[in-house]
Amino acid sequence: MALHGFGGVLPWARRAIVEEKRWMTAEEFNEAFAVSQFLPGANVVNLAVVFGGRLHGPAGAAVALLGLMLPPMSIVLVLGALYERYGGIDALQRILTGVAAAAAGLIVAIVIKMAKPMVRELSPAPFVALAAFAAVGIMRWPLPWVLVVMVPVSIALAWWARR
Amino acid sequence: MKEFDTLIVLAVQFAILSLFAIGGAMAVVPEMHRQAVDVAHWMTERQFADLFAIGQAAPGPNIIIVTLIGFKAAGIPGALVATLAMCGPTCVLTYYVSRTFDKYKDAQWRIVVQAGLVPVSVGLFGAGAFVIARAADVSAVAFAITLGTAAIAYWTRFNPLWMFAAAGLLGYLGYV
Repeated sequence: MALHGFGGVLPWARRAIVEEKRWMTAEEFNEAFAVSQFLPGANVVNLAVVFGGRLHGPAGAAVALLGLMLPPMSIVLVLGALYERYGGIDALQRILTGVAAAAAGLIVAIVIKMAKPMVRELSPAPFVALAAFAAVGIMRWPLPWVLVVMVPVSIALAWWARR
Repeated sequence: MKEFDTLIVLAVQFAILSLFAIGGAMAVVPEMHRQAVDVAHWMTERQFADLFAIGQAAPGPNIIIVTLIGFKAAGIPGALVATLAMCGPTCVLTYYVSRTFDKYKDAQWRIVVQAGLVPVSVGLFGAGAFVIARAADVSAVAFAITLGTAAIAYWTRFNPLWMFAAAGLLGYLGYV
């Protein structure tokens, strides 16, 4: 199986798997993506495992994972080494300050997009999201403890809201 | 010997963290920040923001930030150990669960569990974004760039790399 390191971005992966190579149907892909989101870990990484596993078992999963991770890893390692070496240079410092602020902005935009559908409906969801945000982002409480408390509460609330 | 200790810390910390990464890598950014900056002092606040930006600008899944943190902490071995620890446990879990998951596709409990996890993951993503923005926004102008980029990314479909380039230029010219 020639898996030429699919760049990583989700829409790209979808186009390659479903539309070009026809390794999976659109439904299969959506189902694989649902599993990937459901379980902990990076969604795209999980997706690669599900996808590779469907095609060729454990070996397929491993190959898909390597294909996904190795090219970007090599790139960031080169960038990381350059940063180690030249990161102290004043001009580069200034550039990176700007880029870092922009990178943060991109993430903020994604958060707003994710949060938007929750606010429309009347449900406990926005409050749960706010509580998780405050506990981990502002209070900086340890993530495992926050999750041990919040996940059961949130699931119970979701169950209660559905009745 | 000290490097070896760092590798062990990376492996254990990230393997545990990975199982709490609900909704993806961003969920564990606050925890990684705590470990890397506050506890182990592998890097400064500033360097954390820089590495995150490098991870974002480079192609690939955004979990790649762990590769950079591992690299900063313990060189190439650190990068490999951190990435493997972050992906290994969850991949094994995903592999086995995905084989039986189809059966429960329409099960009531699965739908409820998923409905419960979504808001938590959104909140954690927000927390990650907050921690990143706090580290990156070293000045009022940097804060304005963050807001501006967020607005542009929210309302338009510009390629983010252009925004990185523009923000980098502003920085180079000394405005940030």
